[in-house]
Amino acid sequence: MLQTPARADQAAAPLLEVRRITKAFGGLVALQDVSFVIWPGQIKGLIGPNGAGKTTLFNLITGILPPLSGDIRYRGRSTIGLPQYQIAGLGIARTFQNVQIFAGMTVLENVLVGLHRHMRSGLLDAAIRSGRSRREEQAAHKRARALLEEFDLLDRADEPAESLPFGLQRVLEVARALATAPSLLLLDEPGAGLSGAEKGRLTDRIRKIRDDGVTVFLVEHDMELMMGLADEVAALDQTMLIAEGPPAAIQNDPAVIAAYLGEEERGDAS
Amino acid sequence: MRGRLSGSTVGFLIAAALVLAIGWLEGTRPGGVSLPRLTAGLLTLDLLIRAGVFTIILVGLNLLMGYAGQVSLGQAAFYGLGAFFSAILTVKARNIGIPDVVAGAWWWAWVVMVVGAVIIGALSYLIGWAILRLRGHYLAMATLGLGIAVFIILRENLGLPRLNLTGGFDGVVGIPRLRIGAYLVWPVHRYFMLVWAVALSTIALGLNLVRSRIGRALRAIHGSELAAESLAVAAPRYKAQILAISAALAALAGSLYAHFQAAVVPATFGFVPSLQLVLMSAVGGMASIWGAPFGALAVLLLEELLRTKLAVIFPGVKGEFEAVAFGLLLVLVLLFWPRGLTGRTPGPLRRPAAAKG
Repeated sequence: MLQTPARADQAAAPLLEVRRITKAFGGLVALQDVSFVIWPGQIKGLIGPNGAGKTTLFNLITGILPPLSGDIRYRGRSTIGLPQYQIAGLGIARTFQNVQIFAGMTVLENVLVGLHRHMRSGLLDAAIRSGRSRREEQAAHKRARALLEEFDLLDRADEPAESLPFGLQRVLEVARALATAPSLLLLDEPGAGLSGAEKGRLTDRIRKIRDDGVTVFLVEHDMELMMGLADEVAALDQTMLIAEGPPAAIQNDPAVIAAYLGEEERGDAS
Repeated sequence: MRGRLSGSTVGFLIAAALVLAIGWLEGTRPGGVSLPRLTAGLLTLDLLIRAGVFTIILVGLNLLMGYAGQVSLGQAAFYGLGAFFSAILTVKARNIGIPDVVAGAWWWAWVVMVVGAVIIGALSYLIGWAILRLRGHYLAMATLGLGIAVFIILRENLGLPRLNLTGGFDGVVGIPRLRIGAYLVWPVHRYFMLVWAVALSTIALGLNLVRSRIGRALRAIHGSELAAESLAVAAPRYKAQILAISAALAALAGSLYAHFQAAVVPATFGFVPSLQLVLMSAVGGMASIWGAPFGALAVLLLEELLRTKLAVIFPGVKGEFEAVAFGLLLVLVLLFWPRGLTGRTPGPLRRPAAAKG
């Protein structure tokens, strides 16, 4: 933060930069020399066959795993070595491929945990129920209910979260992530297990999230969903970035086609 | 909310009224009527005081296990450290060079009690950063080891036999009664009211805590630490904080116990008491603050029944059998009654709800 760039440059600065990231588990390489950039305000997609390293990349960006080498910069600042919760605190929220709903808590409480970041009352406030903590709590409840309304979940606010059908658990996870008011939202296969109609609604929601000013980075196996949604797509295959560009170009990229055809062949063989 | 009393407030008022009524009854014994006579000898002030002491520990243990999902099989260690801290600094103040003017003052025991809880809380915060990175069985093993280590350290005189601070096997005797100025918190019905005043305050504190953003964060960590951290919840800090709070409460309870019994021995704070605490927590309902008093009372009453009736059923049974009975009961409660008397959601042994498509 020594030099403040001019305003025009700030708008053009990347939100997230992945620079030459390599990751291995034991001797098994998961990602090799992967670099790309996410610009503010875009919906960026990441595609690739199973095992290409998509979820690993998410886990590296959110600090669940450390990379072997390379750098990840968020708003120009390296996030390598920061614990997961601090990276989340910078404004990077995510959902999980295998939904991670807080069981034993209500739908409303799940979203309230998302608002945790914006509340300030500490242990002492909580223990004596200070005026500040009560006011903060009221405001949080109001905000959480508004979010649930936006996601058509308000009528189930007081139900145990684990009682929601799978599709709605995914929706709840997105609402909960948005409660943190992130600048960058990472969605890990949000369409998995959803019906056609649900996917349509999901697409509209993701567009709206972007229009509300949140940059979206999306991993999706479903090519069709990705093509209609993303502004720009990166393709991973066998640990490497093989293509990057507008969806139409990616769809016709020979390397991408080969990767997906290869997967089908591999699938047939097994 | 204004003008309407919540269920907890009503429960709280009832509990406070009960404490006052029992204190008054035992203090005056109108017409020779007393609590033991009304309850066929089952309920005594001695038992109720011990239940109050355990309630203080259990509020902390339930926050730690039932809410945050961090298993502790060594909670009696903090209880013992608090008891011996008070015992040593009131009885053996001279041995460690504290002048009589200070150690003889009425407020000294209270200062020791509070300082002990703070120091033991702070220590466990540091321990927490190390061991709370462990999960599930590993955390249980680590706390079990911690409990046994503390027990041995107390029994072996802190490794300083020349100073003879803990008294080894024999412990410390002659711990003074508490005073407020010239007012002695004794006979026993006064002490009963003191212990339950602290216990009820602890319950109030616990209730406030679980209804706050911190309580939600703890439950979220319990549900999925990964997801909690992805929402910027500083899981390591909260886990260490809640361990520190539970340890400080256990230490406070230990001090109250020491001034009640007037004597402490290490055996009171070994592995079996830790197991007893987990059993109380499970019986009362781990994920519940009100589970604390109910669990403590239920298990103490059961013990009392076992103690008086068991020898009738199985002649010759004694001593070590207690641990066997606790172990068996714990398994049965966890298997068939995971919510306990008051719990809404099961404790840390609950399987996370499967969320597969």
